[in-house]
Amino acid sequence: MTAASIQVSEPPLVLYTLRRADDALILGHRLSEWCGHAPAMEEDMALANMGLDLIGQARELYIYAAKVEGKGNDEDKFAYLRDVRQYRNLLLVEQPNGDFARTMTRQFFYAVFADLYWRAMMMSRDATLAAIAAKAEKEFAYHVRHSSEWMIRLGDGTDESHRRVQIAADDLWAFTGEMFVVDDAERGLIDAGIAVDPASLRPRWLKTISEVLSEATLTIPQNDWMQKGGRIGHHTEHLGHLLSELQSLQRSFPGATW
Amino acid sequence: MATPNSPLWEVFIRSRNGLAHKHVGSLHAADATLALQAARDIYTRRGEGLSIWVVPSSAITASDPSEKGMMFEPAESKIYRHPTFYDVPDEVGHM
Repeated sequence: MTAASIQVSEPPLVLYTLRRADDALILGHRLSEWCGHAPAMEEDMALANMGLDLIGQARELYIYAAKVEGKGNDEDKFAYLRDVRQYRNLLLVEQPNGDFARTMTRQFFYAVFADLYWRAMMMSRDATLAAIAAKAEKEFAYHVRHSSEWMIRLGDGTDESHRRVQIAADDLWAFTGEMFVVDDAERGLIDAGIAVDPASLRPRWLKTISEVLSEATLTIPQNDWMQKGGRIGHHTEHLGHLLSELQSLQRSFPGATW
Repeated sequence: MATPNSPLWEVFIRSRNGLAHKHVGSLHAADATLALQAARDIYTRRGEGLSIWVVPSSAITASDPSEKGMMFEPAESKIYRHPTFYDVPDEVGHM
């Protein structure tokens, strides 16, 4: 690898925007890993479509972050030339795909949150973020529907699908708490009406999660010990491997285009 | 992948400016809800449609290709059924 990582200055609005952009890029990349490997052609298309929704959101957010930062960075530099410790995404979205049940569970937990989050963000005082929110909310509304239907069918399906999706829910549960955490960097934006307080969304998130898991005959995980750190660059071991693949071309051949 | 758990469905899309749903293809899905979602994901990715129907392929009764002589050839000689023998007033517009 020859291309060096960029330096990013992160005043609150830049940091805030990069965090959401990174969520979208990393989850979008994870879904893209299914391309050609999904259980059926129909689901291959569905996963790729959702991945493209997310990568589209990431682009809009990176473009805005670059504009606010004003240091000559751009969407490609943010995506391809930051090291793992500079990534600000939730730990949940970087978790490996595992089997289909695990991918759907991860999508379900995140999409239910993201749909609530971006719907609330449509009222942001920041016009750009409000516009991005209006587009993202519609996309996540579909991700919620798609992943919910699969949760119900996997949970209430065969013994094997039930077993697998329950294990996925139990394993991923510890990564859901981070979605609702607010730190000082975001508190000011929330107070200014630019950002939404995610903690306020948790009751509705839990209600939807509980309803779907119940219909799926699944047990709602009870452990309340939550893992966090992604928002400040403390990631699980999986993100580095993901980035080495995502960034390999630009790191090896800086500025390559085709 | 035709298995007992994922039967075949026929997909019909009504386009942005189209009046009727048109057959666009088929797909496999476990039930009607998933079939509708799969149709959305496969057949409307480029903004093709505003409405989708999915129909179990097994619900369609089709004509037998070996009977096409009996079914369709008698119509071929009745060219007077085409409206080309009439003058259509301009005010009628698109028929």
